[in-house]
Amino acid sequence: MSNQITGTDRVKRGMAEMQKGGVIMDVVNAEQARIAEAAGAVAVMALERVPSDIRAAGGVARMADPRITEEVLAAVTIPVMAKARIGHITEARMLEAMGVDYIDESEVLTPADEEFHLLKHQFTVPFVCGNKDLGEAARRIGEGASMLRTKGEPGTGNIVEAVRHLRKLNAQVRKVIHMSEDELMTEAKNLGAPYHVLLEIKNLGRLPVVNFAAGGIATPADAALMMELGADGVFVGSGIFKSDNPEKFARAIVEATTHHRDYKLLVEISKDLGVPMKGIEISRLEAAERMQDRVL
Amino acid sequence: MKRIGVLALQGAVREHLLAIESSGAEGVPVKTVAELEGLDGLVLPGGESTTMRRLLDRYELLEPIRRKALDGLPVFGTCAGLILLAGTIVGYEEPHLGLMDIEVERNSFGRQVDSFEVSLVIEGVGADFPAVFIRAPHIVSVGPEVEVLATHEGRIVLARQGRFLGCSFHPELTDDHRVMQYFIDVCVKSKESSGVGSV
Repeated sequence: MSNQITGTDRVKRGMAEMQKGGVIMDVVNAEQARIAEAAGAVAVMALERVPSDIRAAGGVARMADPRITEEVLAAVTIPVMAKARIGHITEARMLEAMGVDYIDESEVLTPADEEFHLLKHQFTVPFVCGNKDLGEAARRIGEGASMLRTKGEPGTGNIVEAVRHLRKLNAQVRKVIHMSEDELMTEAKNLGAPYHVLLEIKNLGRLPVVNFAAGGIATPADAALMMELGADGVFVGSGIFKSDNPEKFARAIVEATTHHRDYKLLVEISKDLGVPMKGIEISRLEAAERMQDRVL
Repeated sequence: MKRIGVLALQGAVREHLLAIESSGAEGVPVKTVAELEGLDGLVLPGGESTTMRRLLDRYELLEPIRRKALDGLPVFGTCAGLILLAGTIVGYEEPHLGLMDIEVERNSFGRQVDSFEVSLVIEGVGADFPAVFIRAPHIVSVGPEVEVLATHEGRIVLARQGRFLGCSFHPELTDDHRVMQYFIDVCVKSKESSGVGSV
């Protein structure tokens, strides 16, 4: 008999390791998914609406219609991710049953639970979760997230929040790595982080899962900046299919991510991409409009 | 010390570099044609094969890698790298590098929820090898020159053809570096003693 085991940490975290250096693109139908795959995306995120449209539409944003997710699953051979509401056990189980490759337990959708996230260890399918700092990142890992991403401020086309979140997380990780072990429990208390996750970070000398940049990436230069700051890859939501020429824009983002320090190449691929997302100044957002503050 | 390159366009590059260093060789990330010079071996890592192919084409790396390999450079491909090495891919008209006389099928164990780990016995490497399969391909058939080194439930998951080594799973995701050591000891070093042209 075979002794094979599914859903182990190695299998779930390893899947995200394979995505490193790549771009994961939001798509709302099969045609967009095929454009993303042809442009070199490492995965697509199947959604009913991209974040900027969710912002514009208002109301409750939920898991996409399963027909959209299934259409995208059938259209491409690269992995397909999909979003479930924070704490919505049933939406997540439905996505798992559909054979989605990764679930984003996402603050972009309206939370189903304002207190508790999913216990992601219980699922065979791996999860990605957003974070703004090490406390959040470590709690999500403690719940079983196999991949992290910055929260940023989705659907704004403004990179400032993603930069803030990644810099803060990386500074806190560096601090933990260099801390003496007898200081770690107090640091866990101060951050609101599980002690065992901080110990794992200290022993490894890095986060135990990959961390992508997300939330506000609007240009190839934004993607390259996030790689420069130490992101393992990028998610691009509203930017691509809201641009004038999605094919060209998608290819440019992929190249900028791969060769983020080749500035001459970045100059070339940034030409004639058309008008980028107009963008939103973060200070103009009402507190209730800030997706990053949903369920910490 | 042997210099082993890792194609660094996308995927599990860091893990392979660590495995190479742990096996007593120097690991070098390779993103450009110039960085292919002076290598004793090349690793094609796990990642997304469609993405890697797109980037290989974009930076005109496919032909230079193929030429180096045909000239004698040993190459080790894992998962997506195995797909790049294969001479035939089920459902596709053209191969990528087409260096090994094998036919592979993509995502042949299912989607991510079906991804698994299992302990394997590997010919020339040993027993109890922790093999991590992630949306993995498998080798459907091999040509006469190809040596099958491991199977799982009747499917070929590791094979060698002279200086080329192709693997369905991800040895780089564990601390067991015996498969990388095998590549360096058998594929890279035997090339010197036997000369080029075993393939």
